[in-house]
Amino acid sequence: MACMSETSTQKAVANVPDAAGRFGDFGGRYVPETLTRALDELAVEYDKAKVDAQFQAELNDLLANYVGRPSPLYHAKRLSQQCGGAQIWLKREDLNHTGAHKINNTLGQALLTLRMGKRRVIAETGAGQHGVATATACAHFGLPCVVYMGEEDIRRQAPNVFSMKLLGAEVRPVTTGSRTLRDAINDAMRDWMSSVADTHYILGSVVGPHPFPRIVRDFQSVIGREAREQSQQRLGRLPDCVVACVGGGSNAAGMFYPFVEDEGVKLIGVEAGGRSSTAGDHASPLTYGSPGVLHGSFSYVMQDEDGQTCDVHSVSAGLDYPGVGPEHSYWKDTGRVAYTECRDAEAMQGFDALAKREGILPALESSHAIAKAMEVAAGMSPDAVVLVCLSGRGDKDAAEIARLRDG
Amino acid sequence: MSEIDELFTELRGGGKKAFMPFVTAGDPDLEFTTAVLRELTAAGSSMCEVGIPYSDPIADGPVIQASYTRALEKKIRLAEILKTLGELKDLSAPLVTMVSYAICHRHGLENYVAAAKQAGVAGAIVPDLLVEEADELAAICQREDFSLIQLVTPTTPRERQKRIAEKTTGFIYYVSVTGITGERTELPPQLVDNVGWLREQTDLPICIGFGISTPGHVKLLAPVADGLIVGSAIVRRICEAGSGDRDAVLRSVRDYAAGLIAALDSRS
Ligand SMILES: Cc1ncc(COP(=O)(O)O)c(C=O)c1O
Repeated sequence: MACMSETSTQKAVANVPDAAGRFGDFGGRYVPETLTRALDELAVEYDKAKVDAQFQAELNDLLANYVGRPSPLYHAKRLSQQCGGAQIWLKREDLNHTGAHKINNTLGQALLTLRMGKRRVIAETGAGQHGVATATACAHFGLPCVVYMGEEDIRRQAPNVFSMKLLGAEVRPVTTGSRTLRDAINDAMRDWMSSVADTHYILGSVVGPHPFPRIVRDFQSVIGREAREQSQQRLGRLPDCVVACVGGGSNAAGMFYPFVEDEGVKLIGVEAGGRSSTAGDHASPLTYGSPGVLHGSFSYVMQDEDGQTCDVHSVSAGLDYPGVGPEHSYWKDTGRVAYTECRDAEAMQGFDALAKREGILPALESSHAIAKAMEVAAGMSPDAVVLVCLSGRGDKDAAEIARLRDG
Repeated sequence: MSEIDELFTELRGGGKKAFMPFVTAGDPDLEFTTAVLRELTAAGSSMCEVGIPYSDPIADGPVIQASYTRALEKKIRLAEILKTLGELKDLSAPLVTMVSYAICHRHGLENYVAAAKQAGVAGAIVPDLLVEEADELAAICQREDFSLIQLVTPTTPRERQKRIAEKTTGFIYYVSVTGITGERTELPPQLVDNVGWLREQTDLPICIGFGISTPGHVKLLAPVADGLIVGSAIVRRICEAGSGDRDAVLRSVRDYAAGLIAALDSRS
């Protein structure tokens, strides 16, 4: 694949970020001074929570009895047959309560919200899965919740908008810019600029200023930890290759992180290739972008030569984002993870294949990973194992897919 | 001594305070930006802040956001902005840019400072660059005698305020409110005392911005500040220049600024 990352001499380690939130050169904190204090408090509180047995017990109890973890590891035999190569196994995050991996993070951050004594929660959402997962955590804990969502995403992910409202959250439409995830993050940050004294911002991916990329990765790492253990148990070994889709990069970071130091395991991150490789037609900053600053961190980004963020496109609202988490930039530059892209049309084929061959409707985001995994598996031997993070279910996308096919 | 240091030395010597309007470059076009900067200076502004439009300004409220969007819709480029500012070297008031770190970084920090300096710009306010991340840019600015104005906010702990003051050149930008830019009717009651505290920690000039829009605000804050920054209230007036009578907009901006300057001078 032409777009795979170049390898540098430095090796990726798991012991990142440093105290300044740096993953190699990437990450850091580029935000208005107003937010510094809250970010510092969050970092301190998280460090305490991480080693607090009671906090961890409470979170684990919720993950087991509320979310339904561990999520199954499923051998997709008929899908594997279709590809005629390696065995494809799915980590079933779609079976979590609320239908995606996002809940792993929102419950953790909601617990942090309570620990910090904050009384209100805000969030951004693209596909609406993070919005639903935040609204759910807030309903569970009795916290008021405001979710910022771009108008275009409100249109294409309508079922999730209803769910958020039913769960008691207020959904605030964002009408600026491209009216998608990036603009929703802008408005959530602006809300936080004023409300920071009593409000926690539950950021939904491994993006944003330090310490968010670390916190979200840690909460999502339950995916990879379980998958690693399940592989050992069921296969007697680790998978040969692990594949996940990358929007901001939280399901991929959670899946990859526990495998980072397992050098025999190939890791593949799949960005949204959209319609074409022309800027504006895709959402693949690791594949086509360059390092720059967006939303508080230094990472690969789609930016023009003047530093303005580019418009991006993906059929999938959750991947339709010009930036990516800084740890992915670190993994790209160290060569630990190979990043590639999957176009809209291929993702739709991945969706169909999983639906028809396995009886599973994947989220359009996850369909990108499925499609790429099928391609990769086809070139491998039948005893090889490709493990895919099925990050979410596709019910939310059914109407939009029908519309795209009719149009 | 930088241009900004000289300005404040002179103002302090005369017992005066700086009026510092903010305008967005290229809103609705650079020709108007030139005209409005001339009007504002003629009305008695001490320094002008020029906002470099950015696609994702998270510290800005709807008025300034919309002005950035209007300018970017016309595909404005940094190079054209600096060229225009370079043609304003005869202005009596120094110019500083309000510029996102995303833009400085993309151009290269050295290049950014060199180009801005070449255009006669005296310094930069980089609203998304925290003191921890500022060393590299600060070193370049120091070398070029270009001011790097850093911000202190109501949420900044006092020890940190001192640290920021040590690393700042030109003046300290004291953000009046916990929030984004935009006119406010009321300013926080503790503001005057808080600025007063910082005043005792540093000799640097302290200018207050965010939310300021009325002569009442000006009278309240002038005693503790070296200067006052007014943005959204001016940008809101400029917003009509795109469709309406440009001369009328220029007059309204000048009259508005003159009113605030009169309030500032009446007490000093
Ligand atoms: C099911 C699903 N997968 C993936 C993503 C992309 O986010 P991330 O890259 O942070 O996992 C989303 C985002 O909304 C999602 O809903």
